[in-house]
Amino acid sequence: MSNDREKQKTVRLRINSQVIDVPEGRTILEAAKEIGIYIPALCNHPMISQSGACRVCIVEVNGTPVTSCTTLVEKDMEVITNSPYIEDLRRDTIDLILSDHPYDCMVCQKTGECELQELAYSYNIRKPLFSGERRIYDKKDGNRFIERDMEKCILCGRCVKICDEVQGVGAIDFAYKGFGTKVCPPFERDLDCEFCGQCVMACPTGALVGRDWIGKGRYWKIREVDTTCSYCGVGCSITLHVKNNEIIRVSSRPDSVVNKGLLCVKGRFGYGFISSPDRLKQPLIRKDGRLKAASWEEALDFAADKLKKIKEAHGPDAITGLSSARCTTEENYLFQKFMRAAVGTNNVDHCARL
Amino acid sequence: MIEQQTVTIKVCLGTAGRASGGADVLSIFQKLIQLNGIEAQIDKKCSYTKVGCRGFCSKDVLVDVIINDQKVTYQSVKPTMVEKIVTEHILKGEPVADWLTKEDYESFQTKQHKIVLGPCGEIDPESIDDYLGMKGYRAAEKAISKMRRDEVIKKVIQSGLRGRGGSGFSTGTKWEICKSQADSTKYIICNVGEVNRPLAEGNPHAIIEGLLIGGYAIGSEKGFIYIRERYHLSVERLRLAITQAKDKGFIGRNIFGTDFCFDIEFSFGTEAFICGEETALMESIEGKRAMPRVRPPFPVQKGLWGKPTVINNAETFSNIPLIIGKGARWFSSIGTKESTGTKVFTLSGKVKNVGLVEIPMGMPFRDIVYGIGGGMESGVALKAVQVGGPSGGLIPASMLDMGLDYENLSKLGSIVGSGGMVVFNEDDCIVSITKFFMEFLQRESCGKCPPCRIGTKRMLELLTKITEGRAEYNDLATLERLSGLMKTSSLCGLGRTASNPFITGLNHFRDEYLAHVREKKCPAGVCTALITFSIVEDRCKGCTLCKKVCPAGAVSGEVKKPHRIDAAACIKCGACFKACKFKAIKKQ
Repeated sequence: MSNDREKQKTVRLRINSQVIDVPEGRTILEAAKEIGIYIPALCNHPMISQSGACRVCIVEVNGTPVTSCTTLVEKDMEVITNSPYIEDLRRDTIDLILSDHPYDCMVCQKTGECELQELAYSYNIRKPLFSGERRIYDKKDGNRFIERDMEKCILCGRCVKICDEVQGVGAIDFAYKGFGTKVCPPFERDLDCEFCGQCVMACPTGALVGRDWIGKGRYWKIREVDTTCSYCGVGCSITLHVKNNEIIRVSSRPDSVVNKGLLCVKGRFGYGFISSPDRLKQPLIRKDGRLKAASWEEALDFAADKLKKIKEAHGPDAITGLSSARCTTEENYLFQKFMRAAVGTNNVDHCARL
Repeated sequence: MIEQQTVTIKVCLGTAGRASGGADVLSIFQKLIQLNGIEAQIDKKCSYTKVGCRGFCSKDVLVDVIINDQKVTYQSVKPTMVEKIVTEHILKGEPVADWLTKEDYESFQTKQHKIVLGPCGEIDPESIDDYLGMKGYRAAEKAISKMRRDEVIKKVIQSGLRGRGGSGFSTGTKWEICKSQADSTKYIICNVGEVNRPLAEGNPHAIIEGLLIGGYAIGSEKGFIYIRERYHLSVERLRLAITQAKDKGFIGRNIFGTDFCFDIEFSFGTEAFICGEETALMESIEGKRAMPRVRPPFPVQKGLWGKPTVINNAETFSNIPLIIGKGARWFSSIGTKESTGTKVFTLSGKVKNVGLVEIPMGMPFRDIVYGIGGGMESGVALKAVQVGGPSGGLIPASMLDMGLDYENLSKLGSIVGSGGMVVFNEDDCIVSITKFFMEFLQRESCGKCPPCRIGTKRMLELLTKITEGRAEYNDLATLERLSGLMKTSSLCGLGRTASNPFITGLNHFRDEYLAHVREKKCPAGVCTALITFSIVEDRCKGCTLCKKVCPAGAVSGEVKKPHRIDAAACIKCGACFKACKFKAIKKQ
């Protein structure tokens, strides 16, 4: 108990002359957030270790500029987040980043939810002071799911870290040095990973977006529907982005209880089946070699008849039942009950092995 | 009984010595002397030693011939010259006067204060017995078997030794903080940088001994030597030294009969300037991409694999056995009060004597350039001295009387850095120099933080604009603003110091910048976009030499009549300017 109490030890410091008590071990960035003081940050992400790379979250501690995402709170610290000196440094860093970034916000998929765009807006940087050469790259990645526009990459490193530290895959890393530093898969080959899209979720700019999202709609023109992913038994919380009654993207909220905003390739990118024209909407029975639409009555009778005949001729173990992981637990329970009690076999399985 | 007389031949086999054919020179000496039975003829015992670098590499192969303590040094020795030296000097006792080193070698050597480089030209770096002969490993024995850890650290603190690279932090204090960390696993790393190569090649055991003492002092059982793999000779000699030290029991278990155990491992780097930054270096040892970490926590608190770690360079470690052996007071009597001891620099540029030099801290720049360096080459006046590698500040001629130490370097906007010292003369353009260094730093930026990655790029673009006559006055203000941002906002030392050459250059040579920006002129005549070559008709004798040397066919004219340069065709290579014997070509 006493140990626990010690862990809860707090330190008292001042942020913009506001006195605040914060538990030890917090960063200045976290402490400021708690009292509603916003400090912009581009490389910081709650799920990954802090790197202090973007230099945007810089604040003044007792007169010295430090990055607030890496500096832990200390007793009697005097933090200033918004002095003209700090704001100038921050503005100039954002300016430099913008000077090496395409100005195509009007067609960028990320518009409106881009963290860099938001900073350009709040610091009113119309045209960078430090203009100059911009990196020009071919978009040559042929993977199916993720559009990688490395000209828009600000090298914050969130994607590299989330892939390594959270997903445990390490599909991408920094390559080259100097101005030509670039995030890419080994030897600049096409991305060939699990395509979980954690990197896409973490990317602050339009450098990484879902390939199927492009041109489908702006995020403020969609209706968000929170639901549960039906692919497997984990039950990740997902948010469907719906426009004109069509699902154009799937995301997950960072505060989701089960999955904390993380998804897999199916949950994030495998939503195309929902509006697919190939999707079955009524039962079909093959007659004379061709599938023909039938009523449920007809179809169930047909199936029951065939099952009975097989059972009589070859015994119940000649029959196997395969169910879907997309059904609910209750439905799957009923299905196995049906196979065991009605058909009389233990040959039952389902597809949650993917 | 009279002691038998001896002849000792010492041949430089450092990197430059080997490249100049030192190995052949040595083997021919051995062959000739043995074949002809010279030892018997002169009744003297002959011995041969391969030694490390003496710093004066432009005159390699350097060979000492010592007969009965009478030492003379030959310079630029070729294998074909050996026979004459043997017959005239060793047999007849008359040195070959023409081939001996001259006054420049004398002034180069005698004005230095060699404490760490001293043994480099004297002992065989591949022989532990040579090192033991100069009381080698006695300091380690004394520290490990007779002194407590805190006593060793106290002595290093008292000596005033500061890191011989980077920011010059007190070595003893660094060790003390590391030792006080609760974690029982600690690491100690020796970084062998470019400027340390002669130490590793000339006296590797001193580095090993220093590392060993450091390991004992902080309570570490594991040391790393971080070195670029392509420094083959350094690696070879350090590896041999470690093997020899292990055989003698100086490295391994229960060293000097105590319970102290210590092992040394190599870690190889490639071609990354950023690995001079200690946290990037640690990332590299861990097998990751060399990108600096944010501090705090400092390496002494959380370093290699999260354990308390001390990083010092090979020169710092080379000083340790001397401090333990000869005492802190002896060490602090050299140099100044705040900057004790000596510092090794690579002196280069437009001075007569270039090479590796070791100077006592506080020596005025003037004494280095005009004393050790022998003054300016080809009589062109000194313009600036740059200390500390590509991100060192430019020190103008007017400040040459200042002493070289940590305090003054910091005042002058410079750093000890990588230990480079380049002398520039009036023919060098400050803007071009700055651009050159910025190009290097831009290429070597690790890319992690925007102020460095994009900042160096923008600075390079603006400096290029200035050298090409496309800059406006505002660009100077933009450069200044960028410099300020990079200095405060960059993540590590590379970005923070990258603007030093620009800031100091603009401070001391503002007129030169203004000439480029306002008048579109390069006063030094270096920036090709800003100069034109023309022929002064009165002086031109029509000798046609300029026409002959011009690679672009831009010169026209008949024999004995004044020539003309077609400005549109001229590629501004300056060949005509150099060739003209009548000073008839004008460069503006």
